Amino acid sequence: MVTVLLPGPLRSEAGGESRLTVAAGGTLRAVLDEVAATWPRLARRIRDERGDLRRYVNVYVDGEDCRHTGALDTPVPDNAEVQILPSVAGG
Amino acid sequence: MTTLLAIGTGKGLFLATSPDRRDWAVSGPHFPMTGVYAVAVDKRPGRPRLLAGMTSSHFGPSVATSDDLGGSWQEPETAPVAFPEDTGTSLGRVWQLTPAGPDQPDVVWAGAEPSALFRSDDGGRSFSLVRALWDHPHRERWGAGFGGQAVHSVLPHPRDPGRMAVAMSTGGVYRTEDAGATWAPGNTGIRAYFLPDEWPEFGQCVHKIARDAGDPQRLYAQNHHGVYRSDDDGRTWTSIAAGLPSDFGFPIVAHPSRPGTVYAFPLTADGERFPTDRRCRVYRSADAGGSWEPLTAGLPDGPFYPSVLRDAMCADDHDPAGVYFGTRSGEVYASADEGDSWSLVAAHLPDVLCVRAAEV
Repeated sequence: MVTVLLPGPLRSEAGGESRLTVAAGGTLRAVLDEVAATWPRLARRIRDERGDLRRYVNVYVDGEDCRHTGALDTPVPDNAEVQILPSVAGG
Repeated sequence: MTTLLAIGTGKGLFLATSPDRRDWAVSGPHFPMTGVYAVAVDKRPGRPRLLAGMTSSHFGPSVATSDDLGGSWQEPETAPVAFPEDTGTSLGRVWQLTPAGPDQPDVVWAGAEPSALFRSDDGGRSFSLVRALWDHPHRERWGAGFGGQAVHSVLPHPRDPGRMAVAMSTGGVYRTEDAGATWAPGNTGIRAYFLPDEWPEFGQCVHKIARDAGDPQRLYAQNHHGVYRSDDDGRTWTSIAAGLPSDFGFPIVAHPSRPGTVYAFPLTADGERFPTDRRCRVYRSADAGGSWEPLTAGLPDGPFYPSVLRDAMCADDHDPAGVYFGTRSGEVYASADEGDSWSLVAAHLPDVLCVRAAEV
C-alpha cells in the first residue's frame, strides 16, 4: 500500500480527500497511473497529456523530491508516502 | 433585458451583469488563480452556455462550461482539449473559444497554444485536433511572440460552414475553404517588418482579426504594426492605418451588425507600448477603415498607460451595440451607444485578458 498526500487546491478533484491509498507500488509512474484510473481530473492537474509532471508540481517520495531520484521512474516501496505539493511559483 | 459581460483576467473570471449597460453587478472570481484567456457566450438554440478556457500556472489548462450563466460549472473528467499522443505535444493554454454558426449548433472551435485548432462537436465539452492545420508543412517555421505561439483568432464563415480563417502569432492568417481539410496562408499585403523579407507568404505577427458584420468577405486585422482590411475573405490585405495615430495595437473588433464599422485601440509602437499620446482612446471607423475618429467621452482624460490586450475588447449583440474593453491595470469600460460615450464597469481587477458580452 502507498499513501498519496494531496495539497488543498487538489482535494476537490478527489472527493475532498486529503490522502489516497493506492495498492500499486513499484514506481512513481505506476502510483500516478493508479490515481489516474480513479481520479482522471486530478491526474491531469499533476501530469500533462504526454504523461510528464507539470513544471510547477513537485512530488516527494518519502520526503525526497522525485526530480532528484529518477522522476517518474523513482522507486516507490510498499508503505511509502507520496506527497504532491505545488511549487512556489506565480505572481 | 440583461447584459452579461464576461471578464477573463490573469487571476480568474469575473461576470458582470446589467439591466441597462450602465449599472453593473460584478461577481467572481470564478476559477481564482487561473489565467482566463478565452471566454465565450454561446447563444445558439438551447442555450446560453458560457465557455471558459483557464490555465493554472501549477495545474495546467482546461475548459469548463456553464449552462446557468456561471452559477455552476462543468468540467469533463478527461481533458477537454489535449494533443493526441502521437504529436508528442502538450497543451499550453486555450486562447480562443468560438461557437460556429447556427447551422452547426454543436460545433465550437478552440484556438490553442502551441498553434493549433481544435473542434468540438458537443458544444464545447470535448475537442479534437484539426489535423490538417497541425500537419501543415509551414508549422515548423511558425514562431512565438512574447505571449506564446498560439492560434488566437478563429473566424467561422457565417454562411458557409466549409470556410474559416484563423490567425496565429507568429505565422499569420490561414484559410480553409473545405471545412479544414486543407489550409493556405492568407497574408498577401501584410508586412512583417521584423523579417529580412518583409512581405513573406507567412510568418507575420497578426495580433487579431475580425469579420465584418455585413460582408463576410471583409475582414480586418490588427498586425504587429499595421492595420489592414481584406475584401476577399482574407486572401489579400490593404492598409487602413492612415487615419489612425499609430498602426500598432492588439485588438480589433467589428461592429456586430453595422457593416463597415470597426474599433481599435492604438498603442504608440512596438517599442513604446503605451496608448498614443498617453491618452485612453478607442478609435472607430464607420467606413471600413477609410477614416477613424477617437472616442473619449467618459474615458479617463489624464495620462493613461495601460494597454488593451488582443481579446480584451469586444462588442455585444444589442442594437445599438455595446462596446467593451479591459486594461492590463484591471479597469473595464463599457459603452452602450456604440462607443459614443463610456462608463466604468469595474476597477482594480487583475489584469484583463479577454472580454465577451451578450444579451442573456
